[in-house]
Formats: sequence, structure tokens, C-alpha cells
Amino acid sequence: MPQHKLQVEAIAHGTVIDHIPAGMGIRILKFFQLSDQDHPITVGLNLRSKHQGKKDIIKVEDTVFDVTQANQLALFAKDATINVIDNYEVVEKYRVTLPDAIDSVLACPNSNCISNEEPVNTKFHISESASGVVLKCHYCEKSFNQRLFNELN
Amino acid sequence: MTNPLHNKHIISIADLSRDELELIVATAKQLKQSPRPDLLTNKVVASCFFEASTRTRLSFETAVQRLGGTVIGFDSGGNTSLAQKGETLADSVKVISSYTDAFFMRHPKEGAARLASEFSSVPVINGGDGANQHPTQTLLDLFSIYETQGTLEGLNVAFVGDLKYGRTVHSLAQALSLFGCKFYFVSPAALAMPDYLCEELNQAGVNFEVVDDLEAVIPKLDVLYMTRVQKERFDPTEYQHMKANYILTAKMLANAKQNLKVLHPLPRVDEITTDVDATPHAYYFEQAENGVYARQALLALVLSEEFA
Repeated sequence: MPQHKLQVEAIAHGTVIDHIPAGMGIRILKFFQLSDQDHPITVGLNLRSKHQGKKDIIKVEDTVFDVTQANQLALFAKDATINVIDNYEVVEKYRVTLPDAIDSVLACPNSNCISNEEPVNTKFHISESASGVVLKCHYCEKSFNQRLFNELN
Repeated sequence: MTNPLHNKHIISIADLSRDELELIVATAKQLKQSPRPDLLTNKVVASCFFEASTRTRLSFETAVQRLGGTVIGFDSGGNTSLAQKGETLADSVKVISSYTDAFFMRHPKEGAARLASEFSSVPVINGGDGANQHPTQTLLDLFSIYETQGTLEGLNVAFVGDLKYGRTVHSLAQALSLFGCKFYFVSPAALAMPDYLCEELNQAGVNFEVVDDLEAVIPKLDVLYMTRVQKERFDPTEYQHMKANYILTAKMLANAKQNLKVLHPLPRVDEITTDVDATPHAYYFEQAENGVYARQALLALVLSEEFA
């Protein structure tokens, strides 16, 4: 790839999460606690994109997400693509798909939910309805629109 | 033959299949007709009430004793290590389950019973978790409907009052949606059935209507499920104006079908006038009594492999 086309520095080994909607990159870093690990991470915000106008991109070095982990990103970036990089080459590329459940990532927004005060991992069952993607808490059984989680900080 | 509920946790109505609901109702009927005071001999069941309850606790404890089991427990969370020494619910549950053959619990936090089931080595029966689920109320409602109508299939059922916050209404509607019933929802706009539930009913292909006039719909009904509209949700003027539309009187039942039964999870305040009590349609006190049989049925099925 010609050097002048690269908007974010290339990585030797790891995972590139591409086509993240502009504005969601930072949230994904936070929700999935990517920056808490030791691996170098490069983030590009508001990059030019042919299809999306603007997009965010996250490059995590020396880490390969498995499909289950990657699909959890679909909640916040349904059109994201995962590129697995080895020796500067893309060796695998796929689009994320909405998972059936998301574990241990999001806190339940219901302040009266037991999961907010006991030593358990949170879990949400995911479904799609006419009003969008819905997350139902495994514990309190309350349903929340996915947009609510985008608004929470 | 092993019954499918043996050693199962009973946490949420949505966990139970149509066949399992029918099994519980049939077992309740059987135990009401032919008591089995020997069934839980040598079984110890804990009654864990982390918040106050009258009917649920007493009917559970009666149910255990009527089946010959022994009850241990507490009736106020304030007296537990959980409240006084900061123990987690998870740890409390591990210990309680090591003493007993099963336990039922009520807790003010939503999801508490589900969490307890993940830490318990014995079956957990949910007696109410915050505003979430109260499955044994739904089971006694189903039993009362079956007992009075001879079926759960294809009935016309109206739900009246607080349909927004009323967990009994939500769970009963979910359960009856498995039996092809038609629903009428009668409530003040501010207390209407939540959208997510209407969407669930739509997805399940349930036929329901939102209606304003309770009296007009009564002649169509087999079951009229009344609930309490809580005064504190309205300002006094609004409450006076609004409550008149959601109060059931004996006069309003003049054109009711003969088989119509009026149910109410109790406590009643003023949404059913006392003159209704003397009509053949009133069934709420028998319904409360049925709580003992429905809970006996659950305990019998959960604790006895061969029962049913």
C-alpha cells in the first residue's frame, strides 16, 4: 500500500478494528477496557472514509481478538471490520455480527439491579426489535435500548 | 417418570414452558383435592424474606407444613448477617443452601433470586425480587383461572388498574400469552402497559386491545384481573377524578357472563367495592387461598422426583 494513503501508522502484528462510526472509537476503548492492557494501541478519530464520511479506527498491537470478542464490538459499531495483521499483512478480514449475549463488559443501568452490588459478572441477552437493538439484563430482566449505553459515560 | 421440575430453580415465569405451567396447575388441583401431608417428610425448607411480606411468606410456610416439611428462616432482612455485617447475598446463599433441601426468598433488589440460584446447591424459588418477577403469584393466578374456567385456553381476560408497574400483571400476561387468550388493557394513560411488553405480545401474535371503558368490556370477559392504583402516583385531584374510572362495583357486573370471575392479587384498597364480595363473580379471597396449593405444587414438584 503506498505510504501516502496510510492515515494511521501500520502495525506489524495484531488487530485493526476499522469502520467504527466516528465518535464511537473512544467509547469502545473504554467499554472494552482496551487501554488497560499493556499492548500498544493506536487510535484514529474522524478519519476520512469513502462509505461512512468519517470513521474511527483502533489498532491493537500483539493481540488477536477471537470472533466472540470481536462480535461484542458490533453493539457499538455494527459495520466494523476486523483485520488480523501478521508481519504487516492482513491475514484475515471479517465483518462483525451481533452476538446473542454480552458478558462482563457493561454495567446494568438499573440502579436497583443486584448485579451492581454483588460479586458477579454482568450479562445481557441481545435481540433486535422494531425499535433497534435491545439488551436484556440476565439478572433484573429489564430491557434497554442499545442507544442508552452509547449515552452513558 | 421423573417430573421435569425436579431440582429446578423457579425464578421467572419466562423460564417455564407451557407444559410445565400446566403440570404445576394440575398438581395444585390434585393437592387441593387430595392432601399429601407426608410428601416433604424429613425435608427442611428455608423461608428467606429480606423484605416484609404477609401473604407470600405465610402461604409458603403453610405449604411446607401442610406437606409435612419443616420450615426455618427469617422474615426481615434487617436481622441477617447480610444487613448487619455486610455479608454478600452470594455468601449468605451458599451457607443457607448447605443447611436446607430448598429455599424460597423475597428480596428488594431485582435479579436477587437469579443470582441466588447461581450460588445455591439446592433449588431456589423466587418469592418476589424487587419490581421484577413474582412467579408464584402468577402460578396461583393461573390455578385460580383454571379452577374457575376449566381451561386456560382462549379466554377473554381484562387487566385493570396499574399496568405499568404491576409485576403480577406483566407475568400473568406473559404466561397467558402461551394459551391463546385475548387481552383487554384498562388503565389511566400514565399507568399503561409498558411498550416493551406490548411489543413482546405483538411478536408472540397475542390479540390485545387497549380500552377506556371498563363497564363496556365486562360482558365479553371470562376473567377480570383488578389491581390497585397507588394513590401516591397522582396528585389528589387527579386521583379522585381518575379512580372513578377504575373502580369495580357490583352494579357494573349486571351484564357479566355467568362464568366471569374477578381476581385481584390483594391487598385491595378501594378499587373493588365491598358489594362485589357478595356476587358470584368475586374470587379474590379463594385466589389468595389458592396460593397455598400453588406453592405446595411447586415444592412437591421441585423436591420429589417421582411426584406428578
